[in-house]
Amino acid sequence: MADVTETVTTRDTTTVGATIDMSVDLAGMRLPNPLMTASGCAANGKELHRFFDIAELGAFVTKTVMRDPRSGRGTPRMAETPSGMLNSIGLQGPGIDVFVREDLAWLKSVGARVLASVAGSTAGEYAAVASVLSQSEAFDAVVGVEVNISCPNVANRGLVFACDPLASADVIALVREKLPRHIPIFAKLSPDVTDIVEIARACVEAGADGLTMINTLLGMVIDTDLLRPQVAGVTGGLSGPAIRPVAVRAIWQVRAAMLDGRIPMAPIIGVGGVRTGDDALQLVAAGASAIQVGTAIFNDPSAPIRVNRELAAALQDKGFARLSDAVGVAHTRLDQVR
Amino acid sequence: MSGTFPERTPQVTGELLSNRRVGAYHQLTFVAPDVAEVAEPGQFVAMAVGGDTSANLLRRCFSIHQVSPRDPDGGTVDIVVAARGAGTRWLTGLSAHDGVNIIGPLGRAFPLPEEPVAAVLVGGGYGSAPLFWLASILKERGCHVEMVLGAATTKRLFGVAEAGGAADGVTVTTDDGSTGVKGWVSDVLPDVIRRSQAGVVYGCGPMAMLRSITDVATAECAIAHVAVEESMACGVGVCMTCVMPVVGDDGLTRMVRSCVEGPTFRGDRVRWEAFDNGWCRVPEDALGAAAMRGH
Repeated sequence: MADVTETVTTRDTTTVGATIDMSVDLAGMRLPNPLMTASGCAANGKELHRFFDIAELGAFVTKTVMRDPRSGRGTPRMAETPSGMLNSIGLQGPGIDVFVREDLAWLKSVGARVLASVAGSTAGEYAAVASVLSQSEAFDAVVGVEVNISCPNVANRGLVFACDPLASADVIALVREKLPRHIPIFAKLSPDVTDIVEIARACVEAGADGLTMINTLLGMVIDTDLLRPQVAGVTGGLSGPAIRPVAVRAIWQVRAAMLDGRIPMAPIIGVGGVRTGDDALQLVAAGASAIQVGTAIFNDPSAPIRVNRELAAALQDKGFARLSDAVGVAHTRLDQVR
Repeated sequence: MSGTFPERTPQVTGELLSNRRVGAYHQLTFVAPDVAEVAEPGQFVAMAVGGDTSANLLRRCFSIHQVSPRDPDGGTVDIVVAARGAGTRWLTGLSAHDGVNIIGPLGRAFPLPEEPVAAVLVGGGYGSAPLFWLASILKERGCHVEMVLGAATTKRLFGVAEAGGAADGVTVTTDDGSTGVKGWVSDVLPDVIRRSQAGVVYGCGPMAMLRSITDVATAECAIAHVAVEESMACGVGVCMTCVMPVVGDDGLTRMVRSCVEGPTFRGDRVRWEAFDNGWCRVPEDALGAAAMRGH
């Protein structure tokens, strides 16, 4: 990974041959482009590698891994919703030992830059997972760790960590301790909170180098033939283009708090309903330095690569030479509407 | 939990060549040479519906009915669709020359017997779609092929006329007796297996039917291979929604993805008892079930 500066030559514009600097630096995590998969929407790489070279991604974000193997919930696990879907998978996965031995080793073998997503049912489990990860043979493929704090905390009657600033801070501080300093950690925030800025503050002050925003929203669908919940887990996470305005709002609020000096400045990875380059540009303009594509992958497996191309073209259209110049740009244009 | 993947899986815009009504269903033929050339019976395609800005993001998966890799129009792929929801209504409303984004072939094909044993192919409703193609391949290998087609009523049968040419013997059942034997496919299956001395039974259709096919085949000392119709969001192995409990070679039950480990399974490996009333629970002895008790 010597050369991490990538310029994208946009294909579908009139100014053929013009280039945009798409490289990003996320708290020291330097990536050639800002596009990532969203955790849980891309499995662990092999499935998408037959559609595009996953080493072309800025980073591949793995499916959240916990300490032990998990079967996940029963089925049905999903319901289609307008411009989105509801899912209730239950963090199915092989457990951290098998993950590092098989999945991470494979990701390393194809040259992918890995943003590893970790979780636990207790703050201690988060730390244990991070510890195994950091001591694994393929750890040099890992460029950062994303901490999925939208997990029920068994020590607090199942309240998800992400809804409680103190519990979130505990987890982040423990994970931070287990990882080498040069590996940035990103707290993935839930939008289902009263004040997302408070959670963001707790995470950054506890040692998160950056934030990933947003996780799914809790939702529910009733099957009107059977008049019962459509997914076996009763409630599920809502994702897809339907939630994009929520992502834009959450990123905007946290970025605004950073610009005001209310919370420390930290890079934001934007995620939520991105399907096109224009969608990505909304999140960037609100304050995201990088972009994850999730549910859109189910519709188009190569969406992350396409969105990167479309985002570069959109930036060029607007006269930007560098992606980094567009991050949070909408905050500077408020005087035009007031 | 890993499937094996080809180096590249085609994702193409398939041009609709024809869309015709067959009983209660529509048979759609797409020009998709990359898909047609490599597909095998039992595999499926995942179709995007509603165009580039569709509010229905999830792919619709269909078993491949037949392929004509050397069609003069370019290799073609046929699927059979029942218009039931927004996506299938969009597909069945398409006209010739419309384009649809198709991914495929996906999943594991039906395993074929090494020896020319007799085979019974059982289809429920339009679940029979891939069986005619399978029948012709089995006959090329010297297998005696019997078909059993069942549905609620005549209109919901698929391929009865085609079956006569594809198989050596055909038995039809309907729940209401409007065509063939009144009853279920499982009522006639024991006799068909015995009469043909079949060593293998292939089945496609609803879960309850696949379970009874497996029970009958096992009782008659035949191996059952079934293709399931689990609902899928992506079809390519990333969404984890189409899982079902299946026993592996090591004797351990895992929640496996029917899109990559299936859609064809040995019937006696599926934990049928976990399916009940439209829900499938995780068996307590499944790998990783213990970790779910926390939450």
